Amino acid sequence: MESFNGFVFPNELHITWTVMIVLYPYITGMVAGAFIVSSFYHVFGMEKLKPIAKYALVSSFAFLCFATVPLLNHLGRPTRAFNILLTPNFNSAMSGFGFVYMTYMVIVVLEIWFSYREEFIKRYHQSDGIVKFIYSIIILRNTNVNENTHKYDKKMIVFLGGLGIPIACILHGYVGFLFGSIKANLWWSTPLMFIIFIFSAIVSGLAVLIFLYLFVHWRRKLKINQDSIDLMSKWLWGFMIIAVTLELMEILSISYERTEKWAILQHLINGKLKVSYLYLQIGLFSIGPFILLSITTLYKRLNVNFRNFLIWLSSGMLLLQVLFMRWNVVIGGQLVSKSMRGFTEYFPGFMDREGLIVSFLLILTPFILLRAFDKLFPFFDKEQALNK
Amino acid sequence: MNIENIDRRRFLQLGLLSSSGVLVGSLYAFSNREVKKEFKTYDDLRHYDWGYVVDTTRCIGCGSCVRACKIENNVPDTFFRTWVERYEINKNDVVRVDSPNGALESFQNNNFEKDVEKAFFVPKLCNHCINSACTQVCPVGASFHSPDGVVLIDKEHCVGCGYCVQACPYGCRYIDPVKGTADKCTLCYHRIQHGEAPACVNACPRNARIFGNLKDPKSKIRKILHQRRYGLLKPDLGTNPKCYYIGLDREVK
Repeated sequence: MESFNGFVFPNELHITWTVMIVLYPYITGMVAGAFIVSSFYHVFGMEKLKPIAKYALVSSFAFLCFATVPLLNHLGRPTRAFNILLTPNFNSAMSGFGFVYMTYMVIVVLEIWFSYREEFIKRYHQSDGIVKFIYSIIILRNTNVNENTHKYDKKMIVFLGGLGIPIACILHGYVGFLFGSIKANLWWSTPLMFIIFIFSAIVSGLAVLIFLYLFVHWRRKLKINQDSIDLMSKWLWGFMIIAVTLELMEILSISYERTEKWAILQHLINGKLKVSYLYLQIGLFSIGPFILLSITTLYKRLNVNFRNFLIWLSSGMLLLQVLFMRWNVVIGGQLVSKSMRGFTEYFPGFMDREGLIVSFLLILTPFILLRAFDKLFPFFDKEQALNK
Repeated sequence: MNIENIDRRRFLQLGLLSSSGVLVGSLYAFSNREVKKEFKTYDDLRHYDWGYVVDTTRCIGCGSCVRACKIENNVPDTFFRTWVERYEINKNDVVRVDSPNGALESFQNNNFEKDVEKAFFVPKLCNHCINSACTQVCPVGASFHSPDGVVLIDKEHCVGCGYCVQACPYGCRYIDPVKGTADKCTLCYHRIQHGEAPACVNACPRNARIFGNLKDPKSKIRKILHQRRYGLLKPDLGTNPKCYYIGLDREVK
């Protein structure tokens, strides 16, 4: 019986979760991913990643500072945002958000503090006046630097990094769970959702670090640490394969099961999401970087500059892949009517409160903040880079 | 007794007695009204479990309920606490469903020019589920079950995150664009507290909407549920709706 005719419930003409809710998992994904990369060195002791460990940690912090801004912009009553901490309903998947977020924030801030303590003390001694006073507050008026404090700092960094990995996974996996546990939504409701979110977070974290690292080093004409970049690009290649495979396996199992939800979801994939899902997310931005990264990883004799360019290009493409994946999940899921009989429309608008220009600014601000952080916590080892 | 036979004294006596009776009576009535409880206590409310029956075989799609609800509850334009869907199935078994503006202006034109084999209307509203998905997901606990079995929203507490809108499988919730909080059918809670029926039930000219106390064995709704065969919307989701549909067609989701 043909029953596909484009009916949506009257209340579904409005999309409830806009592009702001697309940005939130996108930014937290980079937060979690970058943190996990920094832990590769701090906790797992991958010496090759030492040059980017601090940079990854500070990047994670810069994104973390802005992760909640899209959410606040989206809330109908942003002034009541603290209700989520004051009167949490623990039956709700969303209620833990504030606590997980705060725990994670504390861990990241502490880990940065321990990582930069000696640097801060050095700067405290070099500066004078008001700057010296500010540094004295940051270092808590403790100027001890010796073998023991160095050991202790190191121990704390390993402990916090180790603790941070599960919290980062929870922070982001749980965003996936938030979507995956909505039984009313055909496109979201899958237990795979939070696993997909964790892996896509690591992909976006690695991608943003490589992308920025290569871009900044190219702009400042600094020497690129090829070992780190090669290792990171291999990790990126591996994780993107897992992430994309999981995304495809999910569709495959829905499609193969042929339950009633496939009757409508196949029209979603071939209709409303044809360009953003099939052509862009899966086609151009998954298969493209996969081929490029396969070349850079497997073909050793490639010219170094050309290889770095390919790595840079594919990490940029993967950043877009993850952005499209968030869009296709968050918006795509809401386009399907719960009546299973049709689709609604959505375009965010340019100048709206939750429009494209605001979104663009929101994505840009963490990068500007990161630029400012470079002054405060220098994360690229410039002397070493220049000497090489 | 003829009025002309009453002497003046007797007349004054009667007048005095009756007016003092009115005075005492009204004093008693007023004092009683002051003592009368405005709100029922928690234990009183536990004697109720409000349920709803929609008889789809009786609905004629006039949209009176939608209009009554809009006026009673100040529902913003293009949002609906209740709406009516029209299903039309033609000879080739093609199903067309529509609900133009929630059937606020009823239904004007047919979907099919000819050969309509079967057609019916289905009014929809919040199902006030026993295991409601919307109250489960509310992060701040602003969405809750009242002791008398109505799913309500505390609009002074709601943050407007929209998670409940996503969680409701029936599309019954929306974010009020003016207040920025979630909103939905309350079964006209302000009316049912005083023993009145919800506005949509009052407005229905065909008695297609029946409302009553599921805990009262003598209530009309219990009788109907015992006598008729009914269905639930999306029963597989385990929400246990308390809105029972008589004559529910398999096409209705």
